Amino acid sequence: MTQAMTGARMVVQALKDQGVEVVFGYPGGAVLPIYDEIFQQNDIRHILVRHEQGAIHMAEGYARSTGKVGVALVTSGPGATNAVTGLVDALMDSIPLVVLTGQVPTFMIGTDGFQEADTVGITRPCTKMNWLVKDTANLSATIHQAFHVARSGRPGPVLIDIPKDVQFATADYTVKEKIKTSHYQPKLKGDIDQITRLVEMIETAERPILYTGGGVINSGPAASQLLRELAEATGFPVTSTLMGLGAYPASGKNWLGMLGMHGLYEANLAMHGCDLMINIGARFDDRITGRIKDFSPNSRKAHIDIDASSINKVVRVDVPILGDVGHVLEDLLRIWKSRGRKVNKAGLAKWWTQINEWRAVKCLTYKNSTSIIKPQYALERLEALTKGMDRYITTEVGQHQMWAAQFLGFEDPNRWMTSGGLGTMGYGLPASIGVQIAHPDALVINVAGEASWLMNMQEMGTAMQFRAPVKQFILNNERLGMVRQWQELLHGERYSQSWSESLPDFVKLAEAFGCKGIKVDDPKDLDDAIMEMIRYDGPVIFDCLVEKHENCFPMIPSGKPHNEMLLGDADTQGVIGAKGAVLV
Amino acid sequence: MSPLNIKTGSTSHSAYDLRDPYAEVIESHTLAVIVDNEPGVLARVIGLFSGRGYNIESLTVAETDHTGHLSRITIVTRGTPQIIAQIKAQLARIVPVHEVHDLTEEGPSVQRELALFKVAGKGEHRIEALRLAEIFRAHVVDSTLESFVFEMTGTPEKIDSFAELMRPLGLREIARTGVAALARGA
Repeated sequence: MTQAMTGARMVVQALKDQGVEVVFGYPGGAVLPIYDEIFQQNDIRHILVRHEQGAIHMAEGYARSTGKVGVALVTSGPGATNAVTGLVDALMDSIPLVVLTGQVPTFMIGTDGFQEADTVGITRPCTKMNWLVKDTANLSATIHQAFHVARSGRPGPVLIDIPKDVQFATADYTVKEKIKTSHYQPKLKGDIDQITRLVEMIETAERPILYTGGGVINSGPAASQLLRELAEATGFPVTSTLMGLGAYPASGKNWLGMLGMHGLYEANLAMHGCDLMINIGARFDDRITGRIKDFSPNSRKAHIDIDASSINKVVRVDVPILGDVGHVLEDLLRIWKSRGRKVNKAGLAKWWTQINEWRAVKCLTYKNSTSIIKPQYALERLEALTKGMDRYITTEVGQHQMWAAQFLGFEDPNRWMTSGGLGTMGYGLPASIGVQIAHPDALVINVAGEASWLMNMQEMGTAMQFRAPVKQFILNNERLGMVRQWQELLHGERYSQSWSESLPDFVKLAEAFGCKGIKVDDPKDLDDAIMEMIRYDGPVIFDCLVEKHENCFPMIPSGKPHNEMLLGDADTQGVIGAKGAVLV
Repeated sequence: MSPLNIKTGSTSHSAYDLRDPYAEVIESHTLAVIVDNEPGVLARVIGLFSGRGYNIESLTVAETDHTGHLSRITIVTRGTPQIIAQIKAQLARIVPVHEVHDLTEEGPSVQRELALFKVAGKGEHRIEALRLAEIFRAHVVDSTLESFVFEMTGTPEKIDSFAELMRPLGLREIARTGVAALARGA
């Protein structure tokens, strides 16, 4: 039976029918009818943010930590343009979002009306798909279609622009079962012939490696289980991109740690020296490959990805497998088992001997201090004191993000939220609130640098209002640490604009927001301070004053291959040439 | 077309495809892209080309299936085989795109373009223009005492060569539709 209702009511009804529990948003003139409907119901919780960028990052944190679609609602014009950074962030990291924007009424579109912007035009390259709905009759079907697109295939953000008159007008509601999910049905099962070819390679490989990425996590918890089974059954070493941490447990015996520009020595040298690379849901990002010409020169490469455009985009592969990671791994394991579970035992034993030699280098070693807190030490202590807790970590972007990836261990997927592809400073605080809203009883920590954290610090108001007890663990070096590091290595130690002047007193800032502030600058006090932060029932701004000139190692300088890593300050003299300096 | 949009045929239509698909050879390919006839779809396709730095040599678009609400975009583009494969994969993942056909690769195809030429002149030049138009099977669709408008349909190469010939004879303006193309056979 069809039911007539206003467009605004349709929005709320469609969200309910899609199982949405939380919307992150900010009202404004062009979305008032929808806000009026939100006011008159109790099924969907609305989290009022302080800036629209915060709404999108919260929805991302919510989505990434639950596997569900995140939803945000913002007004026209500046509401929509403020959302743009978050949309691109979600697009780069394949996070499913449905973003609803208000628009001036249809008869005013194109007149440069108040708070009018060409939202679909601006966000077209920032979304997986977007729609301007000009007729209320199409609104509910478009919303259902949007959820289908956001979560299918390679997930991503979609946007629906809804003019105000469309929200007021009445039309029949289309139930979600009635909509055509269209031709858009990405293939999940991989090609069996290609999978069999990969199985044959697995059986004979002497120096294999599993190179895993965010696709494993996006595929769902079953994919992580299958990855663990594959790694344990074959004995193959596992490394992961920044986005894939947690798919294979950090405590697993085959774990090599993260790879890439600031990845572990053993992970990068294993990538360089392997004879079979199995890319599972990663995309050969430039942070991973370094110089393409010298990237893993002697390996055959297989690539499992749900997005055909990721395959052969950057690195040519020998075995392309288009499909969902979970489905492909299931077939892969089944075929490998049915053929007798063969691996090259002698080759593997030699490979592990080699890997253990690389591990013995202990690339994360740093020089600790009894007077100054080293950022690495702060994270080691955070890890030690929170290990085993129901813990979620978000980060901002920069040195602290890389140290967090190196020093924190993730045992499960969906526990690590970070801005990988776009590298958005200001992501972590709002993302941590989104995670906390989804997991009210969990310990949610945003590992931050002071510069990144300031970019969206207004969201502490949101955390207070909605009693999200997020812990803001700020490694404060009074510097834009990663910028400073590059200036030291590449620009003759000319530290142009890379220090944080006129920083607020974070403890007083916390008090101003009505939450708790903790400041620590002595390594002896660190443990107690961290415990105080964990035990406090409410948001905490933790100002951890750390060594100001610490560099993040290991590091593969731009334009260098994996086997030319820098392990510490002693390695850095004149290693980056002019060609490397132009890369980011 | 293979599911990965990886090359299955060969432009030379030989029984053996010996080309290295990653050789740095620049090729011209004609793509037929079947899309939902909805606002913004063309912008999404064009934005893909400009955003990722691909070339568009020619582009035509019109609704071809009114009941199915489908349009056909014909794009002529240039790039290395790897870039062409990437363009096809990028096009195929756009949500309102239904099909991507590489007419250059899938077998022989016919390609036609319509062009209008305004040629102004008197005396010998005028007679010569008309004579050449006949050879090229261009029609006169408008005429004044001092000018012709010729209409011609043909391959882009044929239109190029006719334009070259008209240039010294008083070519004033050209309007071209861009390439429309279909695969040969049933």
